[in-house]
Amino acid sequence: MEKESKFKETIKECLILFWTMFKIGVCTFGGGYAMIAIIQRELGEKKKWIEEEELLDYLAISQITPGVIAVNISTFVGNKRRGVPGAIAATLGVVTPSLIIITVIAAVLTNFADNEYVKHAFAGIRICVCALIINAAIGLIKKSLIDPLTIVVYICVFIVAAFTNFKTVFIILCIIALSIVITLIRGCRKK
Amino acid sequence: MKLLLMMWHFFKTGLFAFGGGLATVPFLYEISDATGWFTHQDILDMLAVSESTPGPIGVNMATFTGFKSFGVFGGICATLALILPSFLVIMLIARLLKKFQDNRFVKGSFYILRPASTALISAAGFNIILAVFFDAEKITFDMFGQLGEMFTHINWIPIVIFAVVFVLMRIFKKLHPIVFIAACAALGIILKL
Repeated sequence: MEKESKFKETIKECLILFWTMFKIGVCTFGGGYAMIAIIQRELGEKKKWIEEEELLDYLAISQITPGVIAVNISTFVGNKRRGVPGAIAATLGVVTPSLIIITVIAAVLTNFADNEYVKHAFAGIRICVCALIINAAIGLIKKSLIDPLTIVVYICVFIVAAFTNFKTVFIILCIIALSIVITLIRGCRKK
Repeated sequence: MKLLLMMWHFFKTGLFAFGGGLATVPFLYEISDATGWFTHQDILDMLAVSESTPGPIGVNMATFTGFKSFGVFGGICATLALILPSFLVIMLIARLLKKFQDNRFVKGSFYILRPASTALISAAGFNIILAVFFDAEKITFDMFGQLGEMFTHINWIPIVIFAVVFVLMRIFKKLHPIVFIAACAALGIILKL
């Protein structure tokens, strides 16, 4: 009996996960980065499923692991809530909207992207995406720049990422190497 | 059989495309050359469609390709094949993280990685802003020597819209982002941006 109610609980939670990530998938215009603003709001502020720090951790890991960032973050969140079934529900939830939309577009509209209205609408949406990303970045800056070292890291990574062509994977791997060195130095000092 | 082969191709793409959706593009060209299921022009079309629909670009590409070659079922299979590797990798990492979360190297890494990933988001925002505020094709970083010329390519209308949207976003924090997205889409059509 208890097992059954636990099973029901899991199913319910998985459906909630699927639906939440589905809604996020619908709102994600302009790639994974625009999604961060929506995730911050839906999963951080509203549902309190994850902390902003966790979101940043997931994001960093997503940069050095294969696959689409949005999918990676969904898997993390789902897994945190309900283990493997949760991860599956969340991941399927985030991809389902694009699956439906793209299939419809591919089936019905052959030159959807050439449509004048679509072009104008998306020129407008791109502006909104700018504001969304900057807004998200401000929130994350408040959370992650906590001392001089983190500020220096932020400035250096920003300059490298914005003005050079280094691959993101490479940047993150360098940061991990740096962090290991710093941890070692701090460990030595403590002794 | 052909379907399994396609899934295998997308599985490989999902496994080796690091750092987001656009990383899948070179792999798509490879699939195109190897199999001839779709042409290079198809890929460009797919890119345009992906940019103007919600959802991760990588997923959109897989769905589109799968559908074009094998119909609805093909679209679903290609998408699942694409996300399977990252799903498995993330599950593995999540397990490891739980086990080692108190390790000082793991803690130290995240302490530095957080500002780094914030910087990456900021840089992505910065690049999109450059493309929206200025005529992206005419502006390159080499032009910092010729700032004067840069100012002749400014797109004023988007800058004004951006400023208004940004301020409204800060004031009405409770409003869902989709409201702003829809409003901007409408503005784009009305103003013929």
